[in-house]
Amino acid sequence: MEERNFICICCPMGCSLTVVMKGEEVVEVAGNTCKRGDIYARNEVINPMRMVTSTVKVIGGRENVVSVKTKEDIPKGKIFECVRALKDVKVNAPVYMGDTIMKNVANTGVDIVATKNVECKEA
Amino acid sequence: MKEYDIVIIGGGPAGLAAAVSAKKNGIKNILILERDKELGGILNQCIHNGFGLHTFKEELTGPEYAEKFIQQVKEGKIEYKRNTMVTDISPKKVVTAMNHEEGLFEIQAKAVVLAMGCRERARGALNIPGYRPAGIFSAGTAQRFVNMEGYLPGREVVILGSGDIGLIMARRMTFEGAKVKVVAELMPYSGGLKRNIVQCLDDYGIPLKLRHTVVDIKGKKRLEGVVLAEVDERGKPISGTEEFYSCDTLLLSVGLIPENELSMAMGVEINPVTMGPEVNEILETSMEGVFACGNVLHVHDLVDFVSQEAATAGKNAALYVKMGNTRKRKGKKILLNAKEGIRYTVPGAIHVENMDENLMVRFRVDNVYKNCYINMYLNDERVMHKKCLVLTPGEMEEIKLIKEDLLSYPNLKTITLKIEEA
Amino acid sequence: MFDYDVMIIGGGVSGCACARELSRYKVKVCVLEKEEDVCSGTSKANSGIVHGGYDALTGSLKAKLNIRGNEMMEQLSKDLDFPFKRNGSLVLCLNEEDMPNLKALLDRGIANGVKDLQILKKEEVLFMEPNISDDIYGALYSPSVGIVCPFHLNIALAENAYENGVEFKFNTEVFHIKKRDEGYKLQTNTGEYTAKYVVNAAGVYADKFHNMVSENKIHITPRKGEYCLLDKNAGKHVSKTIFALPGKYGKGVLVSPTVHGNLILGPTAMDIDEKEGTNTTREGLEQVLSKAKRMVKNLPIRQVITSFAGLRAHEDGHEFIIGELEDAKGFIDCAGIESPGLTSCPAIGEMVTEILKEKMGLEKKKNFLATRKGILSPKTLSKEEHMALIKENPAYGDIICRCEMVTEGEIIDAIRRPLGAKSLDGIKRRTRLGYGRCQAGFCLPRTMEILAHERNMSIFDVTKSGKDSKMMIGTNKDT
Repeated sequence: MEERNFICICCPMGCSLTVVMKGEEVVEVAGNTCKRGDIYARNEVINPMRMVTSTVKVIGGRENVVSVKTKEDIPKGKIFECVRALKDVKVNAPVYMGDTIMKNVANTGVDIVATKNVECKEA
Repeated sequence: MKEYDIVIIGGGPAGLAAAVSAKKNGIKNILILERDKELGGILNQCIHNGFGLHTFKEELTGPEYAEKFIQQVKEGKIEYKRNTMVTDISPKKVVTAMNHEEGLFEIQAKAVVLAMGCRERARGALNIPGYRPAGIFSAGTAQRFVNMEGYLPGREVVILGSGDIGLIMARRMTFEGAKVKVVAELMPYSGGLKRNIVQCLDDYGIPLKLRHTVVDIKGKKRLEGVVLAEVDERGKPISGTEEFYSCDTLLLSVGLIPENELSMAMGVEINPVTMGPEVNEILETSMEGVFACGNVLHVHDLVDFVSQEAATAGKNAALYVKMGNTRKRKGKKILLNAKEGIRYTVPGAIHVENMDENLMVRFRVDNVYKNCYINMYLNDERVMHKKCLVLTPGEMEEIKLIKEDLLSYPNLKTITLKIEEA
Repeated sequence: MFDYDVMIIGGGVSGCACARELSRYKVKVCVLEKEEDVCSGTSKANSGIVHGGYDALTGSLKAKLNIRGNEMMEQLSKDLDFPFKRNGSLVLCLNEEDMPNLKALLDRGIANGVKDLQILKKEEVLFMEPNISDDIYGALYSPSVGIVCPFHLNIALAENAYENGVEFKFNTEVFHIKKRDEGYKLQTNTGEYTAKYVVNAAGVYADKFHNMVSENKIHITPRKGEYCLLDKNAGKHVSKTIFALPGKYGKGVLVSPTVHGNLILGPTAMDIDEKEGTNTTREGLEQVLSKAKRMVKNLPIRQVITSFAGLRAHEDGHEFIIGELEDAKGFIDCAGIESPGLTSCPAIGEMVTEILKEKMGLEKKKNFLATRKGILSPKTLSKEEHMALIKENPAYGDIICRCEMVTEGEIIDAIRRPLGAKSLDGIKRRTRLGYGRCQAGFCLPRTMEILAHERNMSIFDVTKSGKDSKMMIGTNKDT
């Protein structure tokens, strides 16, 4: 039996989670105060996931950049691949919250969407 | 002079939520004054996720969270002015403001909601010795550059202070191509949320050095490096522990201070611990009809709680407009005592008769406590003994007061909160 | 032929006061400054006190020029539109056995010609300044002492000199000075210049230039002074400039309101070798606070908003060295200008000009502009006037710096005016933007944008204080 400790990040409670493993199998999750903690702990030992937030360049907008996010969490190991994929992305203003900026980023099956509105620059 | 029922100073999360709530409570004539070019306040630069779990049951980024409220403001046809700086609020609630279209103008308000937010503590306040080169930024300023302007302030970064903005910026700078070498924290514990330590530092292998501080700043024109040293129990650097880190950027995340210059000039009483106004059970300050909420009242770590608090302030401002002071300060004032382990409570005193059915009292602890109890005493009798696995100064806590319980308590004089260790 | 009649090395208060005074005459003058702006060395980091003149040894140049400078300052502040206030000073006596020394200071002041000096009893002092320490025995009161903004004084002198035809070369560092049969050749990083006369107002570097042309060597020690500046909330803690009885290293730590309403504490005095060693130290700052606390009670040290250090140009002889060199004719020293240098600067300008006038037979200009207008601050206007100003120029309706309430209009003025700001520090010294409690945390992005736009440069070329002090290193994901 192996014990692994995490701090739950699902909410600000930051519960200290203990996952008891038998080989690859989760035997028990302790320390969580809600169901989400249990799910988080199980994912965290097998396939940790994160939402990635960043910016991409905007052409002709009131701002130089627009903030974006992965629409859902992506595998932790894919974070830098995801960020790198955004390096040369340029979008034309206007951009609206929820607009898809890139599909299937880093082959995760998850899209990148804008999280802010950027209007066109006044002439 | 133009008149409004409620003038809200600040269009960030607190101001927006207060406006929406005042509107829901029947006030039509509301004006929000915002100094920046857009509504939303600091949320506009907080592009990370983690907002709104309490309020909207979904995980949003800062701008998305702000947009939910901005939409409600727009749907409610609540008036707002941007790029507008309030320069003065008189004790009679005449608000003087300025922008480049209308120039200087005055507005008579029936009620005022203070929602100006907070500012970051700067290097000077810490008296960090050394040179004063370019490359030293407060974490929030750097956040604005990176997230809203797309500019990178530096490539090799040291962060002093483990406040949430500093932690968030460690990750942001890493994503955008900088190397974050270390986060140093003077205290033996982090001032930020645990999730941010996990998600922003641990995930990227960025070391967090507790009980460390910057003792020297090198570089005459642009920052060339900093010297970190370990500190003793009293926060003094321990000689011989100095370590040089070369870097071109030092970000400071060393605390937030409510921006109460306007409030103080107006005559509002300030609590020396929170640096925010003293408020009562309806979040009214020492001045009648002037309410406060959000980070101007006390620094929050979660925007959801700011929104809740601001909704309360907005509702009470609306009631004040409708009922005047008939509702005010009924019954005697009961003090809330923040004792052992509790730094402060908001509110700090209440009139029980004037309370809603329930009242959320928010507070912070002064240290990290594990397996302890939060206790509430009515006069000398302990009425609550709640076990907590962990309490940290970085995370705001709350307890609910129930009006009925307080009313039925014979000869209630004080309510005391304290931590008892197991 | 010479490129210039007079070259002044150094754009601090001494150099600029000389330039301004010389600009009354028909003479071709150029100021060489190694930094990108005037007021970038010793002049930028000092207490901003216009001293009474009771400290310096009777009969010394320091005493004479202090008294004269103090007399001139008020009119100069009106002519050149910079803030100056006669707030008076108190020199505290903290030990009973030192009372004779306080009396000696009074006597010296009287001998030096300082007016209205008087020794006050403890009760009188506390009545005047309730926050003075209860441990005092008495104090010397000098009503003629004042406070001035060193930046505004220096910049005003420079702007007025420029308007009257003086040239300024910035980012120009003098490497060598060669004595010629007549005049001097100055080798700099931007080229060679010849001048018939040289005024050496190079602050902590004045010994270097002096020693290039003279066999009678001088030696200047950079004497570091560290300061803490407190928020305006604390600015009324005392109303007068508070000193302790002077010791070996000068006047010691003072506590004073600044002319802008902050409270300043400092300076320490530490002799160092490094002529650019303007770093603060933990020991220094602790010393400032502990010494200030001895003089003033309930000092709100939590209100410290910044700390800084400056270097005084201390010459071994402990005296101003002003005059033509015996063995280098046409080379005029303005060296060893430490305290009371700021106070004395108008008199230094006068004295140097007098020397040159005599040698050169200078003739007055008819069109000399004796006055200059500073940056218009809407804070000084009535509501109606401010309204009218915004209508005429909406930029005066946009507040950029919240703490000091500086508008976009003032920033643009600071950049566009003669010898205008080229960097963030330049804007800061001219407008006070970023001087407040947030120390530019909020206004930095907007200020950089305005500076880049006005100077027609990229945001990446915006600097804090000239070359090598760029603010932004790149863009997101550019590597």
